[in-house]
Parts: sequence; C-alpha cells; structure tokens
Amino acid sequence: MSQTPLIQILFLSVGLFFIGMYGLLTRRNVITMLMSIELILNSVNINFVAFNKYLYPHQLEGLFFTIFIITIAAAEAAVAIAIIINLYRSHHSVDVEDANELKW
Amino acid sequence: MDASLIIFYCIAAFILGAAFLAVTSAKIFRSAIWLLFSLIGIAALYYWMDVQFIAAVQTIVYVGGIVVLIIFSIFLTHNANDNMPKPPVMRQVFAGLASLFGIALVLHLVYHHSFTTPTGAALNGDVANIGTLLISTEKGGYALPFELASILLLAAMIGCIVIAMRKGSANVNSVE
Repeated sequence: MSQTPLIQILFLSVGLFFIGMYGLLTRRNVITMLMSIELILNSVNINFVAFNKYLYPHQLEGLFFTIFIITIAAAEAAVAIAIIINLYRSHHSVDVEDANELKW
Repeated sequence: MDASLIIFYCIAAFILGAAFLAVTSAKIFRSAIWLLFSLIGIAALYYWMDVQFIAAVQTIVYVGGIVVLIIFSIFLTHNANDNMPKPPVMRQVFAGLASLFGIALVLHLVYHHSFTTPTGAALNGDVANIGTLLISTEKGGYALPFELASILLLAAMIGCIVIAMRKGSANVNSVE
C-alpha cells in the first residue's frame, strides 16, 4: 500500500455503492428506491474526487465531473418526485408492484 | 497510524452506518433522516480530502435540496408513522448475497491493482480556479457543459410543473 489513503477511500465507496444496491434490490417503495440511487451516485462522486486528488492532482476533471453529477442528480430527483406525486394521485400508492399497467 | 487516518475511519464508519440504516429502517421518515446523516458524512469526507468547494456544493444541493424534496414527498404520500411492509426473507437473502459477492469482487480487483501515485504536485481546488475553468471557452474549459446544465435544469423545472400539474378534478382518480 502507498502512503496515500486512496485504497481506503475506494473501499468506502465500494461499501456505499453496494449498500445502495442492496436497498435498491430489497425495497419496493419508489421513494426509498430513489434514496438508494442517491447513495449510489454519491459513491461515484467520492471515487471521482479521490482519483482526481490522489492520482491526477495537476488536473481538475474529477471535480468538474462531480459538480455536474450533483447538478444532474438534483434535476433527476426533482423530476422523480413529480412523477411520484402523480403516481400517488392516480394509484393511491407509491409501491412499484401496484404500478403494473404497462406489464405484459 | 496518524490522526488524520483515524478521523477518516470515524467518518467512514459514520457514512456506512447511516447508509445501512437508511436502506434497512422500517419507517420511511427515519430512513430519510439516516440518508441525511450519510450525506452530511460524505460532505465531511470532502472537507477531509481538502476539496472545500465540492463539500459546500454537497451540503447545499444534497442536504439542503434533495433530502428536503424527499421529505416533502414523504409527507405528501405517506403517513410518517406507519411501518413499511418488510421485504420477503428470500429477497433479503438474495439481495444480500448479490451485494456481498459484488463487494468481494470489486474489493479483490481494487486491492490487487497497483496505483501509480504521482509525487510533487498538489491538487489546486480553490474556488477561483474552479470558477475560471467553469466558464472558460479555451481548451479544457467547461463553458459548454455549464450552459447545457442550465438548459437541463430549465427543462427539468418545466417538466416537473407539467407532470405534477393537476388536470382538473375529473380525471384525478383515473388510472389510464
């Protein structure tokens, strides 16, 4: 191992990613699935910042990717919540098992 | 083991513990609050990595924006005191096995990969530098993605209003 804590940060982000994955696979409520997706996006952001800081410190690409990912995550969360509220109005539930009109 | 590494382990334990409680808690409002703590922990990790601007953006956008939106939507669609139904045991077991297998695979790959760490240069992540590059049109500038992000945010805003708009009271209960 090196003197930089890059490997520990990668372990942390792997753990965070798969905790989000576990939530996405077990939960059936749209809002909690959205929370799991936020955790996964955050683990990716940690990776971008850590690689930029410890492997390519003369560039700023990772920081800019993180900034744009945060922007897109905000837009995505807003649209997702509009869809959830609309789904609740028509189905009186936010469970993905209840929204099966498009199921063949 | 020096002090900064000990601080890192504390932050990491906080993030992972809060994230695990966020995906397993039975009450949805508690789940949202644990997500909030996990995101605050990630902002602390960015401070620890000495990228203050990203830490500030994380705090403002995630903690102040997205979590508040999620809590609003919980209050619009749930009774916050109700327990969510527990997922079936088989699904829990298989999701846990899939996650553990993924963790083992990726940790194995990361652990046996030798990263070549450069020496000398330090990351210059101060706000003036980031701001100059963000609206620079030169090579390596980010003016085009910046403008695209503003168009994306405008489109998302209009889309949210259109999707969530109530189209008269007649078809509120219609499923089609």
